[in-house]
Amino acid sequence: MSNVASKSGRWIDLANPTRFLNLAGSVLPWLGGITLITLAIGFWMSMTAPDDYQQGSTVKIMFIHVPFAWLSMMCYTVMSIAALGTLVWRHPLADVAAKAAAPIGAVFTALALITGSLWGKPMWGTWWVWDARLTSVFVLFLMYLGVIALTRAMGDPAKSAKVTAILTLVGFVNIPIIKFSVDWWNTLHQPASVIRMGGSTLDSSYLWPLLIMAIGFTLLFFTLHIMAMRNEIWRRRVTAMRRIAARSAERKVG
Amino acid sequence: MGALFIRDARLGLRAGGGALVGILFFLAVIAVVPFGVGPDLKLLARIGAAMLWIGALLATLLGLDRLFQADRDDGSLDILIMASDRHMLTLTVLVKCLAHWTVSVLPLVVAAPLLGLFMNMEPVAIAATTLTLLVGTPAITLIGAVGAAVAVSLPRGGLLVSVIVLPLTIPVLIFGVSASYGAIEDPAPFLAPFLILGAITLFFSVLGPWAAAAALKSSTD
Repeated sequence: MSNVASKSGRWIDLANPTRFLNLAGSVLPWLGGITLITLAIGFWMSMTAPDDYQQGSTVKIMFIHVPFAWLSMMCYTVMSIAALGTLVWRHPLADVAAKAAAPIGAVFTALALITGSLWGKPMWGTWWVWDARLTSVFVLFLMYLGVIALTRAMGDPAKSAKVTAILTLVGFVNIPIIKFSVDWWNTLHQPASVIRMGGSTLDSSYLWPLLIMAIGFTLLFFTLHIMAMRNEIWRRRVTAMRRIAARSAERKVG
Repeated sequence: MGALFIRDARLGLRAGGGALVGILFFLAVIAVVPFGVGPDLKLLARIGAAMLWIGALLATLLGLDRLFQADRDDGSLDILIMASDRHMLTLTVLVKCLAHWTVSVLPLVVAAPLLGLFMNMEPVAIAATTLTLLVGTPAITLIGAVGAAVAVSLPRGGLLVSVIVLPLTIPVLIFGVSASYGAIEDPAPFLAPFLILGAITLFFSVLGPWAAAAALKSSTD
């Protein structure tokens, strides 16, 4: 019982933006350092991984393409959890988290699409096919842009928070469709081969670099996310201070 | 609720309600297609069902921003939201969606067979497309209600509504077109995508009004 109380207490502590900024300031250098080290190891392992007997060296695109694709889905999940945080628990930082995550997720989705099409050209002989997974990821990209457009269209963050959260949650319907699109429809994109029942089909010489790259990019996402959240808080403070300054200046003149 | 339905339907039918403009837009989109792809009748017959669906989708999106905008402008939206302790707001939104669908989308469905003749489609294909439109377009309106409710407080939300709603309507389009093709091409099934289309409509008739009502509530306070 006391455990639960202390846990929820910690979450409520974070609702104070100053405490969050302090925490972010102390965590960020460490997180950034670990991210750099993990990514460096991951890159080195990917470079030294053996060429595939069929695909040659293009198989190495997998080491960045797969993490990007995973992260594009994870980022939307993070946004949906943040949206729940806004609507259910009214956590003040949830809205900041959702707003900060959207552009990062859009970039990861775009990178997954670009690297995928670069990989598809030598392997499938085409840049783009309208198969289930590619199309659903493209729809995910459009939804990120829609969410960003909606947040930008409303100047007042207090107003845009709830409606953006609702839109994000409605759009979450797409995530299971992406995940299982390769199992439901027989398409050009291969089915899941890393995480599945009965163990991975990937050889360990590919699996390890891939996993380390995935961890590295996940850490990179969280580093960027915390930095973006910090920026957003600072931006809101600057806006609030400008308003106060303008109001007091008006009073002096009047 | 019945009074609300009749009131919304009347407002929609009156001049400037946008119902007629939607049909004209649908007509114009279909008329533009032969200019774009050439007057080859065989090709037109093949893509006809898809073109009818895309035209109906765009025409439905066109009128969506009016779903709550006019009511917000004259203040009756606030009254509807305030009355939510007597009538559940979700139900109110559902009734508004149904009225909007009856007035501005049902005419599109009625006009579809005529436009199908323009596209040189077979009678079976025309019937199938009209049937799928009848079952599928309510889903578009109900999804669109979420977008319209989200953008209601924006001064120029019309384009934004389309951008937000379009990605979410893609499943409707996929299953609607595949059911229409299933009716004419032999190996493809008709019933399975048709039933999924019905399921999507029913699913969004629950989720759509609920989410739209939540967005409307938050837009006022």
